[in-house]
Amino acid sequence: MTIVQNPQAPQTGAADAESGFAKLMSRVKRVIASNPSVLPTVAAIVIFIGMVVYGEVAYGRIVQYNTLSNLFINNAHLIILAVAMTFVILTGGIDLSVGSVIALSSVAGVMLANAGWDPMVVIVLMILIGTAMGLASGILIQYFNVQPFIATLAMMFLGRGLAALLSTQPERLADDSPILWLGEQFKVIDGEKVNDVVITPGVIIALLVVLIAFFVLHRTRTGRTVYAIGGSESSSALMGLAVPRTKVLVYVISGTLSGVAAVVYTSRLGIAQNITGIGWELDAIAATVIGGTLLTGGYGYVLGSVVGALVLGLMNVLITRDGGIPPEMTTIITGGILLIFVLLQRAVTSKRRT
Amino acid sequence: MTEPLPIVEMRDISIEFPGVKALDGVDFRLFQGEVHALMGENGAGKSTLIKALTGVYKIDGGSIIVAGQERQFHGTRDAQSAGVSTVYQEVNLVTNLSIGENVMLGHEIRGTFGVNWRATHAAATDALAKLGLEYLDTHKPLSTLSIAMQQLVAISRAMAVKAKVLILDEPTSSLDAAEVEGLFAVMRTLRDQGVAILFVSHFLDQIYAISDRLTILRNGRYEGEYLTRDLDRHALISKMIGKDLGALSSLGGNRRVEQRDYDAEAPLLAAKGLGRQGSIEPTDLDIHTGEVVGFAGLLGSGRTELARLLYGADRAGEGELTLHGKRVDLKNPADGLGKRIAFSTENRRDEGIVADLTVRENMILAIQAERGWARPIPRKEQDELVEKYITALNVRPADPNRLIKNLSGGNQQKVLLGRWLATKPELLILDEPTRGIDVGAKAEIQEAVAQLAEDGVSVVFISSELEEVVRLSERIVVLKDHQKIGEIVNGPGVTAQQIVDVIAAHGVAAAAESDIIDAEADVEPSNDPDTAHTPASAEEES
Amino acid sequence: MSTAARTTWLRELIRKPFFWGVIAIFALLALNVIKDPNYLALSVNPVNGNLVGNVVDILRASAPILMIAVGMSLVIATGGIDLSVGSVMAVSGAVAMVFMKDAGQSGSVGVALGAIGLALLVSAILGAINGVLVAYIGLQPFISTLIMMLAGRGIAKVITEGQNTSATNDPFRWIANGFVIGLPVVFLFAIIIVIIVGLVVRRSALGLMIEAIGINPKASRMAGIKPTGLLLTVYILSAVLAGVAGIMSVGTVMTVDVSRTGYQMELDAILAVVIGGTSLAGGKFSIGGAVVGALLIATLDKTIVFLGISSSATPAFKAIVIVVLCLLQSDRVRGWFVQRRKPPMLRTPSLPAEPKKQEVSA
Repeated sequence: MTIVQNPQAPQTGAADAESGFAKLMSRVKRVIASNPSVLPTVAAIVIFIGMVVYGEVAYGRIVQYNTLSNLFINNAHLIILAVAMTFVILTGGIDLSVGSVIALSSVAGVMLANAGWDPMVVIVLMILIGTAMGLASGILIQYFNVQPFIATLAMMFLGRGLAALLSTQPERLADDSPILWLGEQFKVIDGEKVNDVVITPGVIIALLVVLIAFFVLHRTRTGRTVYAIGGSESSSALMGLAVPRTKVLVYVISGTLSGVAAVVYTSRLGIAQNITGIGWELDAIAATVIGGTLLTGGYGYVLGSVVGALVLGLMNVLITRDGGIPPEMTTIITGGILLIFVLLQRAVTSKRRT
Repeated sequence: MTEPLPIVEMRDISIEFPGVKALDGVDFRLFQGEVHALMGENGAGKSTLIKALTGVYKIDGGSIIVAGQERQFHGTRDAQSAGVSTVYQEVNLVTNLSIGENVMLGHEIRGTFGVNWRATHAAATDALAKLGLEYLDTHKPLSTLSIAMQQLVAISRAMAVKAKVLILDEPTSSLDAAEVEGLFAVMRTLRDQGVAILFVSHFLDQIYAISDRLTILRNGRYEGEYLTRDLDRHALISKMIGKDLGALSSLGGNRRVEQRDYDAEAPLLAAKGLGRQGSIEPTDLDIHTGEVVGFAGLLGSGRTELARLLYGADRAGEGELTLHGKRVDLKNPADGLGKRIAFSTENRRDEGIVADLTVRENMILAIQAERGWARPIPRKEQDELVEKYITALNVRPADPNRLIKNLSGGNQQKVLLGRWLATKPELLILDEPTRGIDVGAKAEIQEAVAQLAEDGVSVVFISSELEEVVRLSERIVVLKDHQKIGEIVNGPGVTAQQIVDVIAAHGVAAAAESDIIDAEADVEPSNDPDTAHTPASAEEES
Repeated sequence: MSTAARTTWLRELIRKPFFWGVIAIFALLALNVIKDPNYLALSVNPVNGNLVGNVVDILRASAPILMIAVGMSLVIATGGIDLSVGSVMAVSGAVAMVFMKDAGQSGSVGVALGAIGLALLVSAILGAINGVLVAYIGLQPFISTLIMMLAGRGIAKVITEGQNTSATNDPFRWIANGFVIGLPVVFLFAIIIVIIVGLVVRRSALGLMIEAIGINPKASRMAGIKPTGLLLTVYILSAVLAGVAGIMSVGTVMTVDVSRTGYQMELDAILAVVIGGTSLAGGKFSIGGAVVGALLIATLDKTIVFLGISSSATPAFKAIVIVVLCLLQSDRVRGWFVQRRKPPMLRTPSLPAEPKKQEVSA
């Protein structure tokens, strides 16, 4: 039931992707017809394509290898965070601690690596720090009835504070640190000049996380329990599902994936600081919500959240290209988009109820 | 003794909540292949007993034996694995997932690549087919089904996990007649397959239509176990409300008021076709100044639902309401309050008291809400007001600064009564004001109601205790199955018996509707082929 | 007789939820005195007659915390939360600074008042947005105010064009740094505002209604209380008080640092409220408790610096305190301390979750 037990997971996804385009289209049609809840996710895909087209027309050089490669490379950590947040929001909860878990985990990781620890051990510890924070949130929420946003808010400040205790200076990884390999760029297709398809191990990790998450959510009893809890926690308990265990588990998953995101992010930048990741919880929530996951839980897809993360990433690219929009506006725009989607969700759900 | 062993036997069950004995030495047994009705008024302990059986509550005393083995369930999961499944009044499924998944959640069929959805949906279709529902598309979201169909899906789910005991807790409360018939057909099929079904419903007709045997609880105590066909409606109702027929008959209308000419007088409040989908059918009703109108009916009859519309606690979906001859639309309680209507809820804990506030604050809350926060009631005025009602209603302890949660139920009720009286209502609606409170407080509240009517306040009085309704009301509106089925002008000679007759007779035989006095007729029709259809295992009893 | 009266009085005091907050303040001060016996010493500046000392510093630092703590206690009492107070502080500070910078180097009182008025107006608008989203549209309070928390900092950056903005205006500066009868103006202001808010809330029926909504929203509705207007008022009040806090905090250095001003102050506000004995689930609130909480936090901040720990680490301590207080409020932990009577219900915590969710969205 856990992620580790199913090493075949990636193959499943790959096999699905290989089946022909026509088959895919007919399947998409059937899914939409039988399940209107995928509509928001489809809308997110449409928005993403629309942004790509607009960017190409308005600024040019969007639909090309290096821009799209960079989109994935620069947002690999956000994709992982969006996946993490999807688990939590699907149960109707929230995790505000993801950004500061990254700060704590990456500062601790870089300092340990620089102290001469084995890189593999460091990476595992970075991930486990996230797991521990997530476990703490989960226990507070499930067994002590603390509201999710309060428990994870406390974890958010705890993580930031601990990171600051470790160091308030930017901590730089040694240039020869093996961890940096995860952020190294490999050419897959050599295009003209710099127009190459490049990929980093970090991106591959992100994609693996997505595939495993997809498998867990759609092909395991645990994953279905996550959806059921979001539909109705009390019904799920009365149906005899393992509600308490699953609720703790989603926060553990969220924390663990935040640790993974910390590894991916640190390996790309080579620097960690206690102020890393401020506001990323908003980005992760926005990506999830844009991707069609309802904040009240029960509806949503992990692939939608990936699209949501790419929408946010592309938005940053377009803002940079435009040049007319001050970069300070980014959080306002993200907040505005999130608000609009939340309001849309509210309109849709209240309509559904009547 | 050829008696077969019961599949479920609960012996001497006791459950205590802080301050209340919810169940006190209750026995209960359930046999394979029978439909067993659990009967009792609100607060009798039916749901507590069910929750004890399903492991939601822990029992403080007694033993539970399932299939010959003494069990201690820790939660629904435990109970389910022992073969005890429950379908609740509010369908306990998740509407965001597909029909098939709802049937199979937690029992999905797994293959190499995790859940094998094809096999899982096929298994779901199999389970649905057992109830004749194989035509449902298991891929569709559950939310596309009506509540009635969802109820059947819930039963399929219970059967998919191979339940030997199926508990149906008020499954029919939101179903229409045809849907109920469909549910009954399924229940008969399952019974014939040897499933033991525990059925709870407030609709007497349904009890007589489907159940083979029944157990009656009253005030958390065991009242008796009977074969359904041996117990007529009168006997059943009187056992449920705890008065034998003789005692009921002797209670007359105590309010000796001169007969009023209702037609000549313009009513204070008139409802025309007032209704709300799913809670109360369109209803006509007049209430005159200074009149006490009783709403009689069993729980779930629509008595509370109708009252809520009169206050604006729920907004009416159809019909019109006129007050002093002027049409009003009550959107929320504040509107009702503004029109000098007050409503004391039956749900004292959730909708009545504000537990962490004091007696004084609870009492002034409604008038303060009406004035708005910017115009506080001066402390002196508050003290006078609170003092007045504490004395008048004899609230004990007479300490306005005590938190209301530390008062007894009866005194909480008096404080709430004081809250509504302080708003100087023209119409006061009291929903079960005397439930769960001691005898002394009960009498005091009844006196207060009579005095109010003398003072010209109109009162709607709702109570499960029929003799109380008869004693206080000038007119009695009788409700059943979410509609008004009759109106009785009170006077000498009117008894609780008559109301029981009206309720028992309604809908059983078409002829009985016009003839409310002679209720003997209904005993015969209840012995129709449906109830005669009793499985062999339970037959030997008695 | 008098001893009996005194013991009940003492017992009453111990039962006050913020009693332990007061004890904690004294404990922290004692800790500092151990490190430096002269910690509590007050001296009078011979030039201007002002009091100088660590205690005065603590009072001065507590002023902005007092403001947001009082606002937050009202919001939490309604069963909500306002995560945007820190960002509103930054916005308010940015508005004031930019206004005064654009007005030139005049030291006029008019400019200072204009800056304050504009800052508070903008804060009120942000609060009104929160209020409308919560009260009229029915969004969960934490998500509406979370968006405002993150977008607000962006708004502050836009106002200052991303730069730390400084201005000179002596009347404005006086608010944060001046002294009256030897005491810091900013603390006097804070206390006056707290008293005004306390009087308004407790002398009108506002406090009663806020508590009623927080304790039992259904029963309050049945009693005729309309929650929308009240919620809007409370969120606006919280934002305006955060605006005041912003003015106080930028006034000290006459510079707004958009990424630092008010940063993580929402934690301080929540912590102060919880220390003051208000439950995060809503209901009864205590403004006096929030004051004690704010003073404790200011003392804690100063103590941490005094003991030589990095000030950016303080959130960790505060987070731990919040977690501990939340644990103490939870039924499970309370059950451990109450005599070991077996609980009658096994699964109560999981069951009521559903209707509550309905309630919020209704």
